Amino acid sequence: MGNLIEIKGVTHAYKTRTGPFPVLRDLNISIPEGSFCAVVGPSGCGKSTLTRLIAGLMFPDQGEVWLHGELVRSPRKTVGMAFQNPVLLEWRTILQNVMLPLEIVAPMMPRRQKEERARALLAMVGLEGFEGKRPSELSGGMRQRASLCRALVHKPDVIILDEPFGALDAFTREDLWQTMHQLRQKEPFTALLITHDLRESVYLGDQVVVLSGRPATTQYVMEVPIPGPRPLEMLYDTESVERLSVLRQQIRIAQGRDAHA
Amino acid sequence: MSLNWQKILVPIIALVLLLLFWEWLVWYKGWRSFQMAAPSQLWPAYKRFEPLFWQYGWQTLWRTVLGLAIAVVVGTFLGMIMGLSRIMNDALYPILVGFNAIPKATVVPVLALMFIGQHDFNTVMMAVLISFFPIAVSVAIGLSTLEPEYRDILRSLGASRFTVFWKIALPKTLPEFFGALKVSATLAFIGTNLVEIITPHGRGLGHLFQSAQTNSDFPLMFAVLIALAALGIALYYVVVALEMVFAGWAVRRAS
Repeated sequence: MGNLIEIKGVTHAYKTRTGPFPVLRDLNISIPEGSFCAVVGPSGCGKSTLTRLIAGLMFPDQGEVWLHGELVRSPRKTVGMAFQNPVLLEWRTILQNVMLPLEIVAPMMPRRQKEERARALLAMVGLEGFEGKRPSELSGGMRQRASLCRALVHKPDVIILDEPFGALDAFTREDLWQTMHQLRQKEPFTALLITHDLRESVYLGDQVVVLSGRPATTQYVMEVPIPGPRPLEMLYDTESVERLSVLRQQIRIAQGRDAHA
Repeated sequence: MSLNWQKILVPIIALVLLLLFWEWLVWYKGWRSFQMAAPSQLWPAYKRFEPLFWQYGWQTLWRTVLGLAIAVVVGTFLGMIMGLSRIMNDALYPILVGFNAIPKATVVPVLALMFIGQHDFNTVMMAVLISFFPIAVSVAIGLSTLEPEYRDILRSLGASRFTVFWKIALPKTLPEFFGALKVSATLAFIGTNLVEIITPHGRGLGHLFQSAQTNSDFPLMFAVLIALAALGIALYYVVVALEMVFAGWAVRRAS
């Protein structure tokens, strides 16, 4: 299986009044089809820029972003996004919110078909019976579940998750981690997850990429070759503890607190 | 149950007490109808000129509503331009603020001189000028404060700017828009009445008020004020009803 996402030598700087502000430098990431890539790094290191590059919402100064064997030059219909803020539309029901991408990507699809697809996804994440509710009637965790459904409803090649669990309490977060594994089992997808949580990256990722401090470059790549769905207890076995300690060390280097390990 | 009675009865009793006090004060002071009106004189004053109330009330109402409708179109358009383009916002905002700061009573003679004899046009124009500002500002703020994630969700699917506007930005702005529309509805009434009173041309409740003033007919003046208040309240609740239909989701969330 080839790589679905191929980021080759991407360098990018924002133009500001005081001159260019470099955020990414010679960044390389490869994500095979069907695999889950978690990206960690010090805050402000350009992780969100990375998501916008893959989504085709902006383009790098140098280097290339390839998606499904095509150079990304414009926004594509084959991407799904979820953010820390679930950004559901308050005037729509949960079901209508999940159907939104289909209205853009497949305007000709019959309404009943759109609805069936959305209902099936909502049932998968445990939101059966909440289809007719408004976002304001749901808890934060439930809203984030609905947001994940919206990212998946149009069967995108890749879903981009920009800290979607960051604002949730610890128990809800662990619930959602498990939901992610269940979703992947029933509805295989390729994912890029931006996160600050090392445990999250090890529990969910098939590979964990550590970015250096700004301008960010690929500092370290760790493979986590454990088939899913993974039990939560996995996080407490010796192997995982070792992995976490290596990642923690790498983050410290990225922050520049430890010259050499 | 007792709470409901309280909610209905208390305001009624308060109103009756106020009217009684007013009636007593006029009687006690011995004011006559060219000095002050008592509540009991208002209904007879209305009955005496009933056909005029309806005729003039209609003239005031349609010119206000037309002016408000045009203000909605103009204000929304300006708000869209300012909310979607940073440059246009920088260019237009100071001009709008400056224009809004002009006391509108001074604009009435200007309009009257510019368009001599075009009474309906003048009146509608005045209602527009006084009421478009809150709408323009609220739409502009609503559009410019749209979180980028909302836009990215659709833009990443290849949606056009128009689709993003139609599916997300516009509905998201509706609560602010209706808030401004309530203010504007009241302002539009002020606009029509300014013209009707300052440059009398024999039309509208403002004209009836003017002729009552000329005759020091206090009962008629007060009856006109109450008629104006009734029109204003009616228009306000029409806006509230529209808000419930088009932005009810936001109202429910607040309660």
